Amino acid sequence: MGRRAENKGKDWRLGAAAILLALVLWEVIAAVIIRYPFILPAPTDVFAAFASLLQTGDIFLDLETSLIHFAIGLGLALLVGIPIGIMMGWSRRTESLIDPLIELLRPIPPLAWIPFAIIWFGLTAFSAGFIIFAGAVFPIIINTYSGFRGVPRVFVEAGKMLGCTRERDLIRYIALPAALPSVVSGIRIATGVGWMCLVAAELFGVSNYGLGQKLWFYYSLHQMDSVVVYMILLGMIGLAFDMVFRYYVDRHFLKWRTGEVV
Amino acid sequence: MGNLVIRDLNQSFRRDDGSNLIVLDNLNFDVKDKEFVCILGSSGCGKTTLLRLIAGLDTAQSGSINLDGEEIQGPSPKVGFVFQEYSLFPWRNVIDNIAFGLEMNGIVREERYRIAEHYLDLVNLSQFRDSYPSELSGGMRQRVAVARALALDPVLLLMDEPFGALDAQTRNMLQQEILGIWQKTKKTVVFITHSVDEAVYLSDRIIVLTPRPGRICKIFPVELPRPRDRTSVEFAQVRREVLNLINQNCSIQ
Repeated sequence: MGRRAENKGKDWRLGAAAILLALVLWEVIAAVIIRYPFILPAPTDVFAAFASLLQTGDIFLDLETSLIHFAIGLGLALLVGIPIGIMMGWSRRTESLIDPLIELLRPIPPLAWIPFAIIWFGLTAFSAGFIIFAGAVFPIIINTYSGFRGVPRVFVEAGKMLGCTRERDLIRYIALPAALPSVVSGIRIATGVGWMCLVAAELFGVSNYGLGQKLWFYYSLHQMDSVVVYMILLGMIGLAFDMVFRYYVDRHFLKWRTGEVV
Repeated sequence: MGNLVIRDLNQSFRRDDGSNLIVLDNLNFDVKDKEFVCILGSSGCGKTTLLRLIAGLDTAQSGSINLDGEEIQGPSPKVGFVFQEYSLFPWRNVIDNIAFGLEMNGIVREERYRIAEHYLDLVNLSQFRDSYPSELSGGMRQRVAVARALALDPVLLLMDEPFGALDAQTRNMLQQEILGIWQKTKKTVVFITHSVDEAVYLSDRIIVLTPRPGRICKIFPVELPRPRDRTSVEFAQVRREVLNLINQNCSIQ
């Protein structure tokens, strides 16, 4: 453990140096070579744009709006995806029933749902949420399903021998905890995919705020430095979600897996 | 109590080509209360199939299995099972693994920890109370599995080659430990093994099965006094007898 932590420290410093170097290179290329902020705004321009955006306070409303869209989409995906995944993974019959349907719907790109999202939900937060849902629900279904399908038989039988015989209890006390690592990694993938869908989900005017909405808005104003600010914000928040999984969920929620080969 | 009576037990599986594979062929035997019986046979002789039927995990094609006069019809808290492979729930720590059965049977928290700690102590792992299975060695995992099976106080303990995956030294130690536990808790034990040495060391009686189809070849009483000494002449003598028996009469015909 100690050695691993030490290695992490070294990696962190190297990585920071690389980021710094990239920033310097970017500044040189933008400010000295290209010298045309519409093509490539320099980091200093971006920082100035960020400072002025902070002053208006819009950025927080954008963040709030986007998180609401995202929460609707991901929440719905969890609500729909986990039960479907459990049913498919636990019963062969449900699997045969639902699996072809899922396989048919899954390859449709989430963004292809935009026309119907507008028709069904109008220009509302639910419309944006629906696009995020369309991207996030399948990784959740697939991973929950494969997690439940892969529950070792010996756990189920050990449970039965110890008096856990009702199907509901077997799912709750044996299959769900055994499948949890797979379910969690599905949610993690879904979070990434859902967040990527956000920009497109806010493209068609569901709101006057939103990180994706502002990205398009400043593009139409040709304020590319502000566009970069929103790009970076989108990336940072995506990263933050991933960190939550990597450092919080895995360490605290799945701590029993430490020491196992993953 | 823990009297096991097995009568006319048959089990067969249908092969892909439609023919029947007879796994257990008309088995009849009794295991008396508090007796330690080993079922000895080479791999593929149906030992595990037999044990799963006694556990109620599978249903026999015909015949009956009675425990204290009651027919086995499914998993029951009167029967404990220690699996061959590691079966501890990796998401529960040691104490919660042992307490699992008690929890499923509605025992209140305080009481189930009290009972679980007693059995944890019995397998000498008190200092690993809060460890997770992934932090334990193979031998320790099987000891926890024994404690977990005992926590519901079953009358019959079934063990399916529980020490098969362990190194020889650990196995010898655990054999000694399981005998100590058996003498303290007074369970009826049916123990599956393919090791003659293990069977002679542990058993009151050895039931030797022939492979394909599984039939009882011989029921062999071991009358050596306990504790048994593996290196003694008497032990070697019994082991030789069992080995000769297997070679002459109980191998594949």
